[in-house]
Amino acid sequence: MSERRLPPVTQVGMFSLALIVAGGIDLSAHLPKHVPLGPPVALLCASALLLLGNLAALARVRGFAWERFLQVFKWGLLAYTITAGMIGYAFIRDHLSGGPLIVLALSLVVYAVHVPVLIGFTVARYAD
Amino acid sequence: MAQTATPTAAAQALPAAAPGAIDGADFQIVPRAGLPIVAVVFGLLIAAIAANKLWPLEFFHVVGGAGWTVIDLFLGFVLGPIMGSLSIPARIEFTKRLMPKMVLIMPTLVTLTLAAGWQLGTKLGTVQSSYYLHGWIVASYIVVGIMAVIALGLLEPANIAVLVELKKPRPNPEVIERLMKRFIYTAGATGAMQIATFVIMTKIASG
Repeated sequence: MSERRLPPVTQVGMFSLALIVAGGIDLSAHLPKHVPLGPPVALLCASALLLLGNLAALARVRGFAWERFLQVFKWGLLAYTITAGMIGYAFIRDHLSGGPLIVLALSLVVYAVHVPVLIGFTVARYAD
Repeated sequence: MAQTATPTAAAQALPAAAPGAIDGADFQIVPRAGLPIVAVVFGLLIAAIAANKLWPLEFFHVVGGAGWTVIDLFLGFVLGPIMGSLSIPARIEFTKRLMPKMVLIMPTLVTLTLAAGWQLGTKLGTVQSSYYLHGWIVASYIVVGIMAVIALGLLEPANIAVLVELKKPRPNPEVIERLMKRFIYTAGATGAMQIATFVIMTKIASG
């Protein structure tokens, strides 16, 4: 196994997930009253920026095992898209609408992409 | 700050002695035989939520939560130390049998617990901000949120990565040991957080 220096993808990814979880908790804690959207939107934007930053940092790694990464990422994306879809269905079934629905749906997009990125990265970093 | 993957002398020395003991190709990363069972369980969960009846929702929430909690605690505080004391080939053999099952069991239990729990809270009105123990409910969201971030960011990637490593013709024992340590430690951390869940849930149940 050759020595490789890699960006802190796992740490950044966990922080990004923590931000959307915090936004989700803030939204849920207000139900069914009016939900102030400022904090969850700010948390969502920060989380999405961290996702983009993670992908950009990974793209700059020389010799990264992209083939292995993509092999794992695509299956992870399928699995987490299904779970995100189920959660989204539950929101709609519970009559969530408007701004809160959009914020939660976009949070689910970040979740469904970032978790497979973390799985793919963890596998690919140990690829031969 | 950067993560570094470095070889050690032990890891370089092991493959020469261990290839026979660490032949990893005889298992499935995701056990296909378990997928129909998971599909049936999810089908029943969807039916329970659609029916919105108290008993099935309570059943899935309690059974899922009990399974999730017990497995976390057992892995972190009982199996973890035992695995740490095994020889590397024995640990790898055990890992090959345990981890594929965990790929299916844990996400299923977590989904059962949270989905049925949310629907139960909606039905009983306990998720509404007017509920008199609302602070405790929000505390449970925070505990579950922290556990979810640990599970999604550390546990699940370690689980998949160790299985992919074991599938290689000559798996690296050092990588497997590092990933298994990460898996066991994070399972222990979420197990410890489950104690907070016990406190919150028993408080909510007793009013």
